[in-house]
Amino acid sequence: MTVIEARGLRKAFGATIALDGVNLRVEEGRILGLIGPNGAGKSTALNAILGLTPYEGELKVLGRNPWTERDQLMRDVCFIADVAVLPRWMRVSQALDYLGGVHPRFDRAKAEGFLAKTDIRHTSKVRELSKGMVTQLHLALVMAIDAKLLVLDEPTLGLDILYRKQFYDSLLSDYYDRSRTIIVTTHQVEDVQHVLTDLMFINRGHIVLDCSMEEFESRYLEVTVHPAQLAAARELMPIHERQVLGRCILLFDLKTIRPDRRQLTALGDTRTPSIADLFVALLGDKRGDKPGNKPSNPAGAAQGVAL
Amino acid sequence: MNTQSHTESFDAQPIAPTVTQATQPFYWSVRHELWENRSIYIAPLIAAAVYLLGYLISLIWVPHSMRALAATHSTPQIVVLAMPYAHAGMLCTAIAFIVGIFYSLDSLYGERRDRSILFWKSLPVSDRTTVLSKAVIPFVVLPMVVFAITVPLQLIMRLLSMAGALLSGGSATAIWRQLPLFEMQLVLLYGLIVLALWHAPIYAWLILVSAYARRAPFLWAVLPPIAIGVFEKIALDTSHFGWLMQDRFFGFTQAAFDLKDKNGVPIDPHFIPLAQLAPGRFLSNPGLWLGLLVAAALLAAAVRLRRYQGPI
Repeated sequence: MTVIEARGLRKAFGATIALDGVNLRVEEGRILGLIGPNGAGKSTALNAILGLTPYEGELKVLGRNPWTERDQLMRDVCFIADVAVLPRWMRVSQALDYLGGVHPRFDRAKAEGFLAKTDIRHTSKVRELSKGMVTQLHLALVMAIDAKLLVLDEPTLGLDILYRKQFYDSLLSDYYDRSRTIIVTTHQVEDVQHVLTDLMFINRGHIVLDCSMEEFESRYLEVTVHPAQLAAARELMPIHERQVLGRCILLFDLKTIRPDRRQLTALGDTRTPSIADLFVALLGDKRGDKPGNKPSNPAGAAQGVAL
Repeated sequence: MNTQSHTESFDAQPIAPTVTQATQPFYWSVRHELWENRSIYIAPLIAAAVYLLGYLISLIWVPHSMRALAATHSTPQIVVLAMPYAHAGMLCTAIAFIVGIFYSLDSLYGERRDRSILFWKSLPVSDRTTVLSKAVIPFVVLPMVVFAITVPLQLIMRLLSMAGALLSGGSATAIWRQLPLFEMQLVLLYGLIVLALWHAPIYAWLILVSAYARRAPFLWAVLPPIAIGVFEKIALDTSHFGWLMQDRFFGFTQAAFDLKDKNGVPIDPHFIPLAQLAPGRFLSNPGLWLGLLVAAALLAAAVRLRRYQGPI
C-alpha cells in the first residue's frame, strides 16, 4: 500500500522555490529519513503532506488530498513538528483529557503507561517540564494514537544524547510495526542511520537521492586508501575525497563506476559510509556559503548528483 | 482504511478494524479555551468579590444616605433600592466585555505566536470547529458567566441587607418585598442576550484580526475603523461611519428596550420593569440581522485565514 504519493509537487514563496517538481512515493511500513540542508524544502514538503500549506501538483496521503481533507486525514496521521508546539499552559492531565476528547484513535491507558516510565507527573504543566520531558510527553501522546503515518520534523532538536537515543529506542520498540509508516527529518543523521529503512536527500527543492538502506549499503563504499595506491584509486573516479589524520578517504558509488567491491578492497580498508559522509559528498560543495575546505572531485560530485 | 469513514477508500486491503471512540471536538475545544483563558471566569469573579466587599462596608451607612437621597431627590424609591443591584450586574457585564475584547484579539493570534497552532492542527479538529469554539466564548460563555455570577451576587447582597435590617430592628421580609429582584434578573438575562447578539460583529471583527495580524493585533483592530472615519470626515464631511460605530457599541439600549413609559416619562436604566422590554422591536431591527450577517462573514473569513496561516 502506498502511503504517500506525490507527482510534480511544487511550492514557491514569492521568488523562492521551496519544492521544484518533487516526485515521491512512500510505501507502508517504511521509516524514511528526509535529509537536507537548512532551507532545502524538507519542512515545506512535510507541511504539504500534513495539509498545512497549499501546493501545486498532485499529492495523495493515505488516499486523501491533504489540503482539502486535513481534519479527516489527521485521524490517521500524527506529527511532532518541534518540541515547542505543545502549549505551555497545558497540564499533562489536560492533554490526556483533550486528546481523548478529540481523537478517535487515542488510547489513554496506553499514554499513561508510557508516561509511567518517565518522571512526568500528571499535574505538571508543560512549561514546568524540561525540554527532554516535553518531547517524552509529546511522544507518549503520539504513540498512544493508533495512526498509520507518523511525521517527525526535527523531533529531537536540542536534546541531549540520552534523550535522543531513548526517543528512537521507544519509537522502534513500543510503536513501530510493519503497518505503520514513519517519516523523519533531522540534522542528527548519526542518530537515525540504524533506524531508517529508506533514505532521501533533498536539496533546493529537488530530491537528490532516494534509496532504501539496503541499496545504500550495497551501493556506497568508503575506502581508506594506502598512500601508495592513492593515484590508482583516484583513477576510479571517487565521488568524494577527504583527509582524516593524514590519510585519504575516498567514497565510491558502485553503481556509476566499473570496479567492483573486491577491486576497492585491494586499495585499502573499506567500510559503509555514514549518512553524514554521503551527505557531504553529494551536497557538501553544492552550497555557496560553505567554503571548500573539503577537497572533492568535481567530476565525481557531478556524477553523484546526476543519479 | 478507516472503518467509520464514509469517504472513498484508499485501498481495498484487509486491515483489522481500528478501535475508534466517539469524539466531541467542539466540546473539548471550548474546554481547552477555558483551561487556557481562565480570566474568562476569574476576572468577573474578582470584580464580584470586590463589589461585594465594598457593598458590605457601605451597608453601615447606606440607610442614612438612602434616606437622604429619597428626601432630596425626586428619584423613585425603587430606583434607589435597585441601584446597588443594577450596578453589580453592570460591573460584571463591563468586565466581561473587556475580557471578551482581549480574548477575541488574542484568540487566533496567540496560538500562532507560541506555535501551538502546529499542535492543534496535528489533531483531527477542523479550522471551522476551532474558530467557532473560540467565537462561542464571547458570544455565549461570557454572558452565561456574567449571569451565573451576578445572580448569586445579588442574592447575597439581598441577604446581607436583610440581615442588616434585622440587626437594626427592622423587618427582613419587608426589605425582601421592596424590590422585585427576580424581575431584575430576568431583565438582566434579556439584556445579556441582546448585548451578545448586538456586539457579535465587534467580536467577530476582533477574531478575524487575530487570525490576520502578524504583530500588534490591537492596532490592526483599531486603526482601520479610525482611518475610515477620518477619511469620511475629510472627503465627504460626514460622520456616518462614526455614528454606525457608536450605534454598534451602545445602540442596543434603544433597539431592545422601551426607555419611556406609557406617559412618555423616561425610565431610569437602573430599574427597567419587564413591561419595558421590546423583544419584538429588537428582532425586527434590520441592524441586528445585518450585524449578525457581517459577524458570520467575518468568522468565515477567519476560518479561511486560519487555514492558510502558519506560526509567526
